[in-house]
Amino acid sequence: MRILLKTVPMLGLSLVATPAFAAGLPQLDIAKFPPQLVWLVITFTALYVLMSRVALPRIANVLEERQNKIDDNLSRAEDLKRSAKVAAEAYVKAISDARAKAHASIRQVKEKADADARTRQDDLNAKLKADIASSEKAIATARDEALAGIKDVSTDVAGSVIERLIGHKAKDDVVLDAIEAVLKDRA
Amino acid sequence: MANPLEQFTIKPLIDIQMGGIDASLTNAGLAMVATVVAITAFLVLSMRGRALVPGRWQSMAELSYEFIAGMIRDNVGSEGRKFFPFIFSLFMFILFANLLGLLPYSFTFTSHIVVTFAMALFVFLGVTLVGIAHHGLHFFSFFVPSGVPAVMLPLLVPIEILSYLSRPLSLSIRLFANMMAGHTMMKVFAGFIVPLGVAGILPLGVDVLLTGFELLVAFLQAYVFTVLTCLYLNDAIHLH
Repeated sequence: MRILLKTVPMLGLSLVATPAFAAGLPQLDIAKFPPQLVWLVITFTALYVLMSRVALPRIANVLEERQNKIDDNLSRAEDLKRSAKVAAEAYVKAISDARAKAHASIRQVKEKADADARTRQDDLNAKLKADIASSEKAIATARDEALAGIKDVSTDVAGSVIERLIGHKAKDDVVLDAIEAVLKDRA
Repeated sequence: MANPLEQFTIKPLIDIQMGGIDASLTNAGLAMVATVVAITAFLVLSMRGRALVPGRWQSMAELSYEFIAGMIRDNVGSEGRKFFPFIFSLFMFILFANLLGLLPYSFTFTSHIVVTFAMALFVFLGVTLVGIAHHGLHFFSFFVPSGVPAVMLPLLVPIEILSYLSRPLSLSIRLFANMMAGHTMMKVFAGFIVPLGVAGILPLGVDVLLTGFELLVAFLQAYVFTVLTCLYLNDAIHLH
């Protein structure tokens, strides 16, 4: 390629030098140079103006619009993703709040029930204790009365027995003292 | 057999004289006009829809835009952006000239050294002016290779200057020689088809292959011309 590039201009120069060859190679017909150059300048200038003023701005506009649209859509997707994330977080928070609230309610109800049960139990216990106490008191009274009755009966019986044995009545309080002494010994 | 070089003959179509200069519309001039019309029609018509999702034609127009934009970005950098319309016009002009020149009975004006040399000279002068505008007299340090002992400079500087001056020559001759050689070769083989009779199928086959090859060359030469312009521009803007 290099050699070709170096030889071709030399060949061209030698062709120019010999009119016979110059006539054979239309590219070296110098008389035809000016119209080609004039039209090259005209057409290339026209092309440059058309490209820079008309064609390229249109393509650039379309490409820019597309890029904007893509960026726009991407940013909107980003926004939606962000709001979806926020919504998901709110959902999770709501769920955990509700769960915590439910737990709290359950605990509250349970505590209340426990407290009620405890109060009732205490009431019952107190009542039962009172009942027991009063019953015990009643029993004690009954027993005392019974014991007192026994003293009377035994005094009567002892008095009657003594009267039969010795022919006259013994004094009541002496008999009672004797019985009490006996009862005290037994107890 | 027809002369295979006859296809390069400039034929005046309309005689025009401008202040003593021959400005006649020739077959070459007509091909240039057709090239500009074809490029403009291609780009404007395919972008007519301004579709968000491009169709086939719009894709091609956008592809050519992004191809050149990418070439400038990669080879010149962001400073090259203001040369985009020029580089784009240059690429499309050469590409469409080469491609339209492949149509039978059309004319390939890029096979003319005066046209390619004028374009190369314009690029060369433009790039040099851009370099001087960017760096002032410092631009000429471009010819002094860095990191070379001072003793070698008297030898190297003239070589650098010579290689710089040879740029428009290599740029123009590469395009011109490629186009001319390809078209000549096609014509030579085409000239054998009818005289050989039944065996003419062989040069016909060769011409079919050459046509495909020339399509590749048409694109490749437009690309090479443009990418070298970008590289020269890069040298001028960034020096070494």
